[in-house]
Amino acid sequence: MKTFAEMNFPGRLIAVEGLDGSGKSTQIYLLKRWLEAEGIKVYFSEWNSSELVKSATSKGKKRELLTPTTFSLIHATDFADRYERHLVPLLRAGYIVLCDRYVFTAFARDVTRGCPPEWVRGNYSFACAPDLTMFFKADLEVSLNRILEGRPKLKFFEAGMDLRLSTDPYESFKIFQGRILDQYLAMSKEFNFVIMDANETVEKQQVLVRKLVSEKIDLKKFKRRSPLPLPPSLAGEREGKEELEDKAA
Amino acid sequence: MSAKTTHKFYGHGIPRVKVEDLGGKLIVVEGADGSGRSTQIAELVSWLEINGRPTVQVGLKRSTLVSEELEKAQEGNVLSRTTLSLFYATDFADQLSNIIIPALKAGFIVLADRYIYTLMARDMVRGMDEKWLKNLYGIAPVPDAVFYLSVEPEELVQRNLSKKATLDYWESGMDLGFSRNVFDSFLKYQEAMGEAFRQLQKTYKFEIIDANRPVNSVNKELRKKISAVIEGG
Repeated sequence: MKTFAEMNFPGRLIAVEGLDGSGKSTQIYLLKRWLEAEGIKVYFSEWNSSELVKSATSKGKKRELLTPTTFSLIHATDFADRYERHLVPLLRAGYIVLCDRYVFTAFARDVTRGCPPEWVRGNYSFACAPDLTMFFKADLEVSLNRILEGRPKLKFFEAGMDLRLSTDPYESFKIFQGRILDQYLAMSKEFNFVIMDANETVEKQQVLVRKLVSEKIDLKKFKRRSPLPLPPSLAGEREGKEELEDKAA
Repeated sequence: MSAKTTHKFYGHGIPRVKVEDLGGKLIVVEGADGSGRSTQIAELVSWLEINGRPTVQVGLKRSTLVSEELEKAQEGNVLSRTTLSLFYATDFADQLSNIIIPALKAGFIVLADRYIYTLMARDMVRGMDEKWLKNLYGIAPVPDAVFYLSVEPEELVQRNLSKKATLDYWESGMDLGFSRNVFDSFLKYQEAMGEAFRQLQKTYKFEIIDANRPVNSVNKELRKKISAVIEGG
């Protein structure tokens, strides 16, 4: 699996992975805010969010229609849609793309559900590897508490109820998350995960995230060359100004 | 019917399904639109049922899970290749899990109106990697028989036009940009599909049936061959 940099894409992709409740979404959100403020071309993409596929996925989840195979394939479809329609063109155009979960989520979850690892990986083999993958590792108890405190009603697939690990959704969720964590840790070396201590404070983690990103990526190369495009009614103003600037230079 | 054939999967198969539990017979009819596929299948179902054989039918884009969404996406023609390919695979997998597998477990005859081969051929014509497709469709059980109804592209044009007075966008491969003219594109696309099927035939060994002939002669041949498969145990 080659990275986007190795495939000579002008853009770079940064992914965060981790269990539900590991705090990864907060971290990537803060990273996005910082990059935007720095004037960098940045795009954020979330797991399971393709407009087109979402209605089928939520129908399947609501009616509990999904098997491990269809669960895996429908998420792969969702990923492919975002990948082909957004990620690839943006990376070609030199964007920094931030992904809240990437293919590793599928590798961990679908394999926990019983899909053969080679099959799952093969299906996702059209995707390049992230240039940086941060894995937010919190103690299992910490992640569980964060989720179970805030959202007491667990959904069927979220709790891994389809695996029949336990008839109690909370118990099922705990076992399921534990197994996913094992899968993540088993692949962390192979895919160069940078392991982040998610038991630390949000602020401290974010300092580290920003440091890692600026070390790994030469951010000034990703600044917008020109200011954001203006609506046509204002465009004339800017042209005038630029002319002046040109003369000054 | 307690016919104990051992079924196999092409690849890894699907989780929690043991091949030993699969009885029944899986029979596939492949062929382009206008090859007479649907007519043949309708005849076969009625023949099988009259002979007391419990039969179920599956086909492409018929899953509860994604058929509507797939239809919608195709109308707008908005999906990229990998996405469309995976969407069709999801549709197939849903029918596999919820219809084909349970029916085979119960010893039914499953008649599939097209199978993974059409899906693979379509993707191959669109430049998808054959190895990737083989892994993806490793979930499919190997059928007991596959019949490919082969019809010359020129004859397909005539049959499609006489039925619908128009050529379907996708069956003409208009997304491939062979030609802006739907008639030329149809011929080129069906030619390419035929080529992809011949390529797949090397691995998947299906029987090619000359379907340029009248419906009845084709049906007679199919019945004879299917009888042999069913009685063959």
